[in-house]
Amino acid sequence: MSYYDTKDLAMWDERIREKAAECGLSWYPQEFELYDHNQMIGAMAYSGMPSHYPHWSYGKSYEKLKTMYDHGVTGLPYEMVINSNPALAYLMRDNTLCLQVLTIAHVYAHNDFFRNNFTFKSTRAELTLGRFKMHADRVRKYIETPSIGEEKVESILDAAHALAIQCRRNMGIKKRTPEEQKDHAADVASPAHDPFAKVHKKQEYIEPDFDKVPLEPEEDILLFIRDYNPYLSEWEKDLLTIAHEREQYFIPQIETKIMNEGWASYWHYKILKSLDLPQELHIEFMVHHNQVVRPFPRGINPYFLGFKLWEDIVRRHDEPTLEEIEKYGKPLESGMQAIFTAREADRDVSFLRRFLTEEMMREMDMFEYEKKDDKMVISKVSDKDSWREVKETLLKNVGMGTIPVIKVCDADYGHNRVLLLRHDHEGRDLQMEYAERTLEHLHRLWGREVVLETTVNNKKFYLEYGEKGFSVKPAR
Amino acid sequence: MELDPHGGSIIRDYSSQDALRSDRSAGDLQRHRQKVRKSIRDNIADLVGEESIIGKSGDKIIKVPIRGVKEYRFIYGENTPGVGQGDGNSQPGQVVGNAQGEKGQGQDKAGEQPGVDYYETDVTLDELIEILFEDLELPFMERKILREVMSERVSKRQGYRKKGIWVRLDKKRTAKNRIKRRMAKKGAVPADPKNPEERFPFHQDDLVYRHMEPDTRPESNAAVICIMDTSGSMDMIKKYLARTFFFLLYRFVLTKYRNVEIVFVAHHTEGREVTEEEFFHKGESGGTFISSGYKKALEIIAERYHPTLWNIYAFHCSDGDNFESDNPSAIKMAEELCEICNFFGYGEIKPSGSRYYESSMLNIFKAVKAANFMTLLIEKKEDLWVRFNELLAKDKKKDAA
Repeated sequence: MSYYDTKDLAMWDERIREKAAECGLSWYPQEFELYDHNQMIGAMAYSGMPSHYPHWSYGKSYEKLKTMYDHGVTGLPYEMVINSNPALAYLMRDNTLCLQVLTIAHVYAHNDFFRNNFTFKSTRAELTLGRFKMHADRVRKYIETPSIGEEKVESILDAAHALAIQCRRNMGIKKRTPEEQKDHAADVASPAHDPFAKVHKKQEYIEPDFDKVPLEPEEDILLFIRDYNPYLSEWEKDLLTIAHEREQYFIPQIETKIMNEGWASYWHYKILKSLDLPQELHIEFMVHHNQVVRPFPRGINPYFLGFKLWEDIVRRHDEPTLEEIEKYGKPLESGMQAIFTAREADRDVSFLRRFLTEEMMREMDMFEYEKKDDKMVISKVSDKDSWREVKETLLKNVGMGTIPVIKVCDADYGHNRVLLLRHDHEGRDLQMEYAERTLEHLHRLWGREVVLETTVNNKKFYLEYGEKGFSVKPAR
Repeated sequence: MELDPHGGSIIRDYSSQDALRSDRSAGDLQRHRQKVRKSIRDNIADLVGEESIIGKSGDKIIKVPIRGVKEYRFIYGENTPGVGQGDGNSQPGQVVGNAQGEKGQGQDKAGEQPGVDYYETDVTLDELIEILFEDLELPFMERKILREVMSERVSKRQGYRKKGIWVRLDKKRTAKNRIKRRMAKKGAVPADPKNPEERFPFHQDDLVYRHMEPDTRPESNAAVICIMDTSGSMDMIKKYLARTFFFLLYRFVLTKYRNVEIVFVAHHTEGREVTEEEFFHKGESGGTFISSGYKKALEIIAERYHPTLWNIYAFHCSDGDNFESDNPSAIKMAEELCEICNFFGYGEIKPSGSRYYESSMLNIFKAVKAANFMTLLIEKKEDLWVRFNELLAKDKKKDAA
């Protein structure tokens, strides 16, 4: 490909920004950095953060990425962009000019998504870089403190990483403070206003147990341990906070993977088409674009699914077919209005629920598979009878749907300072080996026995981890 | 439409210096490798039973499954259906893939499924052996009076020197030094500004020689004598277990002595010296006289491995089926072997509980009182490493007492 330098990139960047603004995208100030492949692998291993605390697991992911790259199993992404203000993006310096132009457009759409989607509101993008830097400094300080050291820090971080994703999923729902929880409990317990109090038997007020901890089942496991295990030292509590904040920052990205990648692909496609690329660049662009949004055989490519859906929404609003008008009614807004609302107010689950139609599922030939013996076997396809079930399965497998919901229910179970947790079972069982090892970590952080109530093969079980190790007891 | 409110974006060009400096992963990488190594050590008992490592050369690369470095969290298990996408003709009942991985996780789930965290790492057999025997000591390791003749030949590489003989010039390092010097000189004022030098020849300071030191470890010889019962009752599984045990012993002795020879003696009612190939693969039939194997071993030792010059390690594997009339002479010869060998061991191989109904030599061999004699029972693959460790631990106990 033709040679280019940063001046060329700046020129294309200027044109792309003009187009993007015309399209209605709005973004944080953007910074690009050109990276070689080693730097890119490094950036990926540390989630793109310029400064990140050390832990062996990042070395592991670095090694894995590097091995796969060196053996040609996977390529590297064309770009990487992080949700911060200003937004940081890394471009592969070996890429051709065409690819750079495509990825720059792609990056602006991601940036727009970070800035405007509701799930990202809680991430405080302007503080991102500083926060990660502070985390890194604090962890390094603990490692260097003679009385703490690497091993102890690692042991706490190992456990914290195992549990960090067990946290609040929807930042849109306000979390009650302990005081509010008390008020709420009292509210619920007091009898409702009875307009016929004279004829009814008087309802009694049964005082709730205000000493119970927690009053309401608690999703933020790490924070709960931090606040209610009195034997943790300050640095241990701080490490739990750090691991929690880190995970919390990434949850919106997990929750909007399909939308976000689809959004970026939709806009890079649209912007590049409007740029009047020279012939040879245009052909190359089409090749790359089709590579990015190709379906994975037997899997789901979030780029492909997202791209298809955004396109379909626009088409259904702007040029609906007669059948569609009959089925869904006349569109009330334009395609553009519809997608800009969705990019602000949806996440993957609601997005797919609202916009993945029966027709689209059939067009993409979506199916549900199950394990039978040693094979993965198709159990349902998107035909008239079972497309809804296939869709439900898909909804369960996007975003945080792949993470079991586990809540702390009692910190003084059996009046013995045993920690009781409950798995909200909705059909899927836990993987036992992983549950056992994760409970081991939890036990280490809590310092006392931990019990997890779950369901296996439709029977209730208590998984316990105490001084003597792991045991499974059927519920009575 | 409103134009970009922020003005231009910043584009930072690639800087090779940054790229060099930004290797922040070094520490985490190293820590991870330490953990992998530890994991290999912890799981080594499973590895030694693997067919793939037995009898292979040292530089063979082995895939080692890593378990200790998994990152655990709560994940869903087997009864979790997933959704995929087909090419247009998907039908219920169609097979779309293997349930690979440990517990049969679906391979392509949408979203951020951590998936099965199961991967392998490559190590060479030599590395593995090194890790394997890291903290084991060979029992009864008295070095015999040695022939010092051969040690002259052996020298070890030991670092680099500025001076040396021409043949040991390290060309690569020398060339690198020259490049370094040239880079360093780039900014400097040329000695003769009018006539800038075009050539950049090697300088005396660039030259680097490999340094060799004579390795003065005392020359030591060891002979490993593998005796195996090849009678009809020794089936493939038993032979496989025996083979693995011999392999461990051989590799271990190899780490401790410079010059190790290995001898294979097969016996049924008659002992024969055979090649490795025959030893493990040729089945024979007939009854068993254990003493015949010992007799052959004694003959070989008398012939080739004089006990004053050789450290002899003999090991016998059998399923414990022996003609009763042979037992007294077997005991006698075992005692003779103990006298001339550093160590003599008897391993009885009884897979899957067959020890309850088959006859056993373990009790009979209790009559042998020599301190360097040991018997052990191998029932399954997992026993191998445990028993092997016990074998080596025996000596430690004795030392402590």
